[in-house]
Amino acid sequence: MANYIIEVVIENKPAARDPEGETIGRDLINKGGYEMITGVRTGKYLRMKVKAKSEKDAKDIVFKMCNDLRIYNPVVHTVTIHVKGVEK
Amino acid sequence: MKVAVIQFPGSNCDLDTVHVLRRVLGIKADLIWHKFFDGSSYDAVILPGGFSYGDHLRSGVIAAHSPAMKNVKKMVDDGKPVLGICNGFQILVESELLPGALMQNDCLTFVCKWVALRAETNRTAFTSLIPRGEILHMPVAHHEGRYMIDEEGYRELCRNDQIVFRYVSEKGELTKESNPNGSMDNIAGICNKEGNVVGLMPHPERASEKTVNLYGTNDGLLVFESMFECIKTGRKMPCRSLAVCK
Repeated sequence: MANYIIEVVIENKPAARDPEGETIGRDLINKGGYEMITGVRTGKYLRMKVKAKSEKDAKDIVFKMCNDLRIYNPVVHTVTIHVKGVEK
Repeated sequence: MKVAVIQFPGSNCDLDTVHVLRRVLGIKADLIWHKFFDGSSYDAVILPGGFSYGDHLRSGVIAAHSPAMKNVKKMVDDGKPVLGICNGFQILVESELLPGALMQNDCLTFVCKWVALRAETNRTAFTSLIPRGEILHMPVAHHEGRYMIDEEGYRELCRNDQIVFRYVSEKGELTKESNPNGSMDNIAGICNKEGNVVGLMPHPERASEKTVNLYGTNDGLLVFESMFECIKTGRKMPCRSLAVCK
């Protein structure tokens, strides 16, 4: 068993407006001289350690947990799960 | 007749709600800590406003996993009236007892003001005494009140007559200016298909006594009086909507 480091990113679905991202994009980034940045979306980030037999197992456990406990609201959010490595 | 008001860590409108039930409406009401709630001895339950569990992760999501919510679900299945006010509405949505999501206000700030609402249906346990189209005044106070649902879900809400309140202008029109949080189609409150579960962002308990608000209104009391009527008359739930399409 190893301790895997997993990142969970929760974002609004494209159909769900993200006024915070819009404000950061328009009023900070674009007005600050970075007009080439054409879209900003904010989200929520969770970093967790998971004891599992393999990378795949770790990812599966977290995916199941996200759905079981409604870590995201599937009506308006998407969730992305990345394995970032193993704790040494 | 006995009504429960569930107190979660971070609830802060619980005592106001109990006050209105006991002192204004004159019914028996218990304030119950969420860990000790058992719905079998109650005729109705209210999830009050506040910031349960500090709004961590998402407003209402942690309270939705409280043991109390299993008992609330049982009451819903038994057809008993269940009301969620503000954070209570968020808890009902996160418990999947009501569809959709309540997202951060589009203005990005906490909004605390009086709003005009139009009653859209009187088939629910909490609006039976409010004529359709009636304009009511109540305050809102929230940061995550922007109601959102996918297209199919929205069609379902309309088909099943599940939209209970909309934010409107003083003339009763749906305008962008009258929408305090950017809610889809100015939605301020919805119900389940059966009409016994209602959630709304405005606070009826803060608009139930003419003497304690600047506007001299007690429109919010109609919500609690409707519940009282529903329990008293033993109105059977689920009550079918006339608007249901197959």
